[in-house]
Amino acid sequence: MNSERSDPGPYAIVIGLEVHVQLKTASKLFCGCSTQFGAEPNTQTCPVCLGLPGSLPVMNRRAFELALRTAVALQCQIPEYTKWDRKNYFYPDLPKGYQISQFDLPMSHSGWLEIADPKGEFPVRSIRIRRAHLEEDAGKSLHDEASGKADSRIDLNRTGTPLLEIVSEPDLRSPREARAYLNELKLLLEYLEVSDCNMQEGSLRVDANINLHLADAAGGMVATPIVEVKNMNSFRAVERALAYEAERQFAAWRETGRTIAEVPKSTRGWDDQRQATFAQRQKEESSDYRYFPDPDLVPVTVSVSAVDAVRAALGELPAATRQRLESAYRLNAYDADVIVNQGRQFIAYFEQVAQRCGDGKLASNWVTQEVLRILNSAGGTIDRFPISADGLGELIEGVRGGQVPSSRSKELFGAMFSEGLSLAAALRKLGIQALDAGALEQLCRQLLTENPRIVADVKSGKAQAAGALVGLAKKKNANVNPAEVREICARLIAEMP
Amino acid sequence: MALEREDVRRIAELARLELSSDELATLTSELIQIVDYVQQLRSIKTEGVVPLAHALDLANVFRDDCLAPGLPREAALSNAPKHDGAYFLVPAVLGE
Repeated sequence: MNSERSDPGPYAIVIGLEVHVQLKTASKLFCGCSTQFGAEPNTQTCPVCLGLPGSLPVMNRRAFELALRTAVALQCQIPEYTKWDRKNYFYPDLPKGYQISQFDLPMSHSGWLEIADPKGEFPVRSIRIRRAHLEEDAGKSLHDEASGKADSRIDLNRTGTPLLEIVSEPDLRSPREARAYLNELKLLLEYLEVSDCNMQEGSLRVDANINLHLADAAGGMVATPIVEVKNMNSFRAVERALAYEAERQFAAWRETGRTIAEVPKSTRGWDDQRQATFAQRQKEESSDYRYFPDPDLVPVTVSVSAVDAVRAALGELPAATRQRLESAYRLNAYDADVIVNQGRQFIAYFEQVAQRCGDGKLASNWVTQEVLRILNSAGGTIDRFPISADGLGELIEGVRGGQVPSSRSKELFGAMFSEGLSLAAALRKLGIQALDAGALEQLCRQLLTENPRIVADVKSGKAQAAGALVGLAKKKNANVNPAEVREICARLIAEMP
Repeated sequence: MALEREDVRRIAELARLELSSDELATLTSELIQIVDYVQQLRSIKTEGVVPLAHALDLANVFRDDCLAPGLPREAALSNAPKHDGAYFLVPAVLGE
């Protein structure tokens, strides 16, 4: 079908994703330093996030609330009691020598996220969420790539920024499903307004665990060693890295026959330029982190009624919006999906267009084709689109009602877009005046009188001769609708003796 | 479980401590004593006792999401063995 594999091959792919999202707070998780991206290095630190002696962390209420909102939307169980632990390891961008994270009592677990492929390349699937927990980010290291000898530079602005780590079960079965999961997760997070999900700024990061299940010579099942893939800077890169890694593991297994029983989990990075994964340092065993409860932080308790209140305040989630658009505006699943995937503002724009023009299907065609085409090619967002929802609705309404010639609607759309004109102004500018039925019939009668040759040809059976009349009609008046001219002329000729 | 010399070597490695053979021997015997001492707690019957994650009988201590002044960069960098006025400088982290 295409270069990206759709043939499952002689193996099953098993993928689990770990997604870190930065929560949208003004201040860090445990101190009042700003989380603003792009500041001068080391200008957003304090004794708490630098890990200086005597400082004490205090939990950001907003960060916990955003984490809770997300966990509830991911259908997670919310335990009544949760606590934070120290994950100990040494790295220059981790000033305390430990990361405050959650180990055995995470704030949420056992949820799920449904993914669907409107193109039908895989069935609707429910991907289980193992856990989602709240932790702090580390700083940023800048290495001298050229020599490897110069000092590494450390910026601790990011240290202590609140992250929600969302871990899926290994339920994904193809790189494409992994990408669909990420798209749906990102859409949900944006819906919930809990994160900017900007991969370039690092507010959404993805690590993928992948291995293969295949049949061995004896007819049993064997699994290849698990690999964690890192350094993927877009969802597209995730899809490609996983496709590459599946093939690499299959080739390695055929060559060496080594299985999960013989080789420990390893880490590989994705090289976007070479379009290949490469070996990275071995990941330390989980027990090496020597987790223990952080004595500086007290636990958090969440009552059942608090969780219910969060659930009640969630509002409509993407899956529900898709269904509502399908039934309320009679859209097919594909169109509803395209609209919902653009996010809340786009959905609102569509709904306003549909309500203004009174035809959901037409509104959907216009926004998913014309509007999206411009947004995708020129960039930009729907809230800055030059044609308002009311303006587009009015245009479509005019076409439906026959006041605006449909043959020139794209031209009008273009004028409204590029010059920011209202429909009325665009009509004036293009000199378009809809002809009423009487005027059009008058014009057609005149045409037939002036062109007896054509009339004779049509009457003698050369129906295609009528085509010339359309061109002649347009010369008389650019606003004529070709289909109407054809129809009226055919009728008039048939009525002639 | 008796603590072995190999365990201590591994713990030292995780703590980035470089120990001579003599130091390893001394620390192993000392650590065994410490662990043995703490082991006495095992004799307490804990069936039916809910595990305690925190010594304080306190929960839900939060701060509002408000900005508070941090440190000027100069002060933040001042304790570092090496910096360039903007970044902390550390010996090159090995390439991946």
